[in-house]
Amino acid sequence: MDLIAQLEAEQIAALGKDIPDFKAGDTVRVGYKVTEGTRTRVQNYEGVCISRKNGEGIAGSFTVRKISFGEGVERMFPLYSTNIESITVVRRGRVRRAKLYYLRSRRGKSARIAEVTNYKPKSAGAEA
Amino acid sequence: MRSGIIAKKVGMTRLFMEDGKQIPVTVLHLDNLQVVAQRTTEKDGYTAVQLGAGSPKVKRVSKAMRGHFAAAKVEPKRKLAEFRVDPDNLIEVGAEISAEHFLAGQKVDVSGTSIGKGFAGAMKRHNFGGLRASHGVSISHRSHGSTGQCQEPGKVFKGKKMAGHMGAARVTTQNLEVVRTDADRGLVFVKGAVPGSKGGWVTVKDAVKKKLPEGVPFPAGLKAAAAAEAAEAPAEGGEA
Repeated sequence: MDLIAQLEAEQIAALGKDIPDFKAGDTVRVGYKVTEGTRTRVQNYEGVCISRKNGEGIAGSFTVRKISFGEGVERMFPLYSTNIESITVVRRGRVRRAKLYYLRSRRGKSARIAEVTNYKPKSAGAEA
Repeated sequence: MRSGIIAKKVGMTRLFMEDGKQIPVTVLHLDNLQVVAQRTTEKDGYTAVQLGAGSPKVKRVSKAMRGHFAAAKVEPKRKLAEFRVDPDNLIEVGAEISAEHFLAGQKVDVSGTSIGKGFAGAMKRHNFGGLRASHGVSISHRSHGSTGQCQEPGKVFKGKKMAGHMGAARVTTQNLEVVRTDADRGLVFVKGAVPGSKGGWVTVKDAVKKKLPEGVPFPAGLKAAAAAEAAEAPAEGGEA
């Protein structure tokens, strides 16, 4: 392992984040820390993950799209951001693309994503 | 004036801070950094220290250089560089410099050889705008345009920005912040990018345009000094 990879692995271990297994098409709820003046609170942002970028490493990020008051809103989060309190998978979607940018031009019924019925956790198989 | 250091550029990564910020950092590695020679006023007319870093195969070091390293009683080094210092900041030959030479939050200037771009056009090399995409422009969309006036002066002025060789030149980036140091592994984390490619050698000095912060080690952050302090600390624990 080269030094950079080692440093990144150490930082991931030090951050101690528990990232659930999710991919594009899944509906996720992100608890994001917001500072207002002096006090901080956690704001939930829920929507469809339309892309995962740069893998599972320290540089990884994901984009969440939701329709807010009839207007599409997209927000990108770094996977290991210290501002992220929690990531919860609400619903697992069945999609055939890694990047769901086509959802941007869709509205309503055609922007639906079917749910995965036979989801198997990735790590459970590896541990058993 | 304090000595600088020679470091190897390892690569870039990012650090997530507690306050939610993420900082892009370049990791610099101090590889067997030692003082190889001193320049003194009596002998050379100026004061400086010559540092060496890296560990090459001995058979690839020329006989003359082997003699130079043997005189200093240090292992052969890959890269040598001189740093001007004040006479009272001279460092003993053979002393090893640690990453704690710099403090977190301090500003530094980093010099290195930039990545070569070969023969580059005026748009890439000097940020020229180029010519229009249409309106009669043919073939020369990325050209530089006019290079001067008419019969008077009848020549192109010296220093006119034109296409030519770009990169592979010595570049200094000033006022980069030291985010973190790791003395055990000899790593310095500098905020932002530094010149050169991964594996390239750079020199890091205290920023000339910023005041030195309090508490930087003089004449340098030496490994021997750190070890001596660690040995003293348990003995003097009660007093402190």
